[in-house]
Amino acid sequence: MSQTRVEAPAAAPEGRSAMRRALDGAGVQNISLLIALVLLVALIGAREPVFFGAANLKTIGTAVAISGLLAIGQTMVIILGALDISVGSVAGLASVASAMIFTATTGSAPLGILGALVIGALCGLVNGCVIVYGRVNPVIATLATLAAFKGVAQLVSNGRAQGYTGSDPVFVFLARGAVAGIPTLIWVLIIVALAVHVLLKYTDIGRNIYAIGGNDVAARLAGININRYILGVYLATGVIAALGGVLITARTGSGQPISGSEGLELEAITAAALGGCAMRGGKGAVSGTLLAVVLLGVLTNGMTLLGINPFWQNVAKGLLLVVAVVIQQVRSGERRVGLPA
Amino acid sequence: MTPVLELRGIDKSFGPVQVLHDVDFSVHPGEVTALVGDNGAGKSTLVKCIGGIHAVDSGEYFFDGKTVQINSPRDAAELGIEIVYQDLALCDNLDIVQNMFLGREHRRGIVLDEDTMEEMAARTLESLSVRTVKSIRQHVSSLSGGQRQTVAIAKAVLWNSKVVILDEPTAALGVAQTAQVLELVRRLADQGLAVVLISHNMNDVFAVSDRIAALYLGRMAAQVRTSDVTHAQVVELITSGRSGDLGLTNGVSA
Repeated sequence: MSQTRVEAPAAAPEGRSAMRRALDGAGVQNISLLIALVLLVALIGAREPVFFGAANLKTIGTAVAISGLLAIGQTMVIILGALDISVGSVAGLASVASAMIFTATTGSAPLGILGALVIGALCGLVNGCVIVYGRVNPVIATLATLAAFKGVAQLVSNGRAQGYTGSDPVFVFLARGAVAGIPTLIWVLIIVALAVHVLLKYTDIGRNIYAIGGNDVAARLAGININRYILGVYLATGVIAALGGVLITARTGSGQPISGSEGLELEAITAAALGGCAMRGGKGAVSGTLLAVVLLGVLTNGMTLLGINPFWQNVAKGLLLVVAVVIQQVRSGERRVGLPA
Repeated sequence: MTPVLELRGIDKSFGPVQVLHDVDFSVHPGEVTALVGDNGAGKSTLVKCIGGIHAVDSGEYFFDGKTVQINSPRDAAELGIEIVYQDLALCDNLDIVQNMFLGREHRRGIVLDEDTMEEMAARTLESLSVRTVKSIRQHVSSLSGGQRQTVAIAKAVLWNSKVVILDEPTAALGVAQTAQVLELVRRLADQGLAVVLISHNMNDVFAVSDRIAALYLGRMAAQVRTSDVTHAQVVELITSGRSGDLGLTNGVSA
């Protein structure tokens, strides 16, 4: 953001204010994340030099692409002041749908992908409608659809993996292709992240999302159509989750109702919280979420390399989510009385 | 001088409860009109009717001498009527410029035009001689109550508005900050705006207002020039609806 015109004479000496500005620009949150990331990388790298291999770095990148997508959707929802825990199920449903449509259209990948995205949009719309018109708390609403969407995915697929997309060039390109040496999966994440970043930071739509999360009464009095924003954000999150589902299909070569998508909501919410999204809304950014996604990816990868029992990895992820939110609350200086805001 | 905003015979009910009875109210440019009345007298309802948040049941609404229909806050805003709400409708997580343009951001193409907004915000604050804020890129959460009220008022005048309605702008403020805000209110009127000030504080009312409109149980008890009445008379109008030959007779407008 540019400097101001009506500024009082700077009280601080130049050197300090320049550093301050650099800090403000990057954000304390991002800097602490970077420090944590560097420490983690140093720790893992020292014990397991394989970690720094190009192949392993690529593995981390492709592993975080899907959860990263969902985390970016989640970032929008959390900034709005809500939560979407159905994203994993939406991804699973979209994965099944993309493979089944692909099979039904005798091998049309574009139709399969498009169909999955449309279904994701519909899922998001259902979430939004239940919340806005049913007046259901977002956590409850998406908890319900978490179960329901997963059920639908199991119903249509009979609980089994669907179709075989492993030989289709489009799906193969998504899963294993590369552009300019960078895997397609990572490109998808980068493009979506960039789009959402621009939306949040440089458009009036993004500004209004922050405003609604900060003070929805003020936003309404300012003439912002809050309902439209809630519906829109959930719809966008549904589409992004569905894109994640398409990538699951591409990576596994078939539509997966559950495996590959279950538990993604935990990773998405953890990444967003760790990245600095305030759970009460109004605060957060794509940059922080992305950093947190990478941090989580490195952590998972490192634990696997070091041979830590995968069950412990779940404990670690849960712990990380709590720690992230605790740090946030301590920094916001909330009093320790009653239920947290 | 013709009033910029004039209401005639406004009735408003919520279900079986009639909140406003046959209310006449006029606001003149370059003047501060104080709207006073006890709790539940209908001040806030009247303001919300003016701002298009509530639709009136019957009555006429004139703006610049012409009849207008106000069905939504947007209609009122388009005419140049801005309301500064009591609960300070600002977003803590946004900075001053972002708050001033909330819901009406300037764009260049599809992206926000931050430079223009910053410049307009700075110019508006300057025209109001606001010097208490350090930086217009400060987050609103870091401002004092008086500064927040100042930002809320500046937000209202940013849009070349003609009528600015302030709902108890000094209710939550300390002495020095109240003086600051009242000074700002006076300056708005001196710039030619029509200002409506809702207040419970007689000192504030007598300090800045040119006219006083007193509501009593949903009826307009009297609209008088501030210089024509005393403190005690206004208090009487608020508490009993009449004072000497001013006010309501048998609960009906004189």
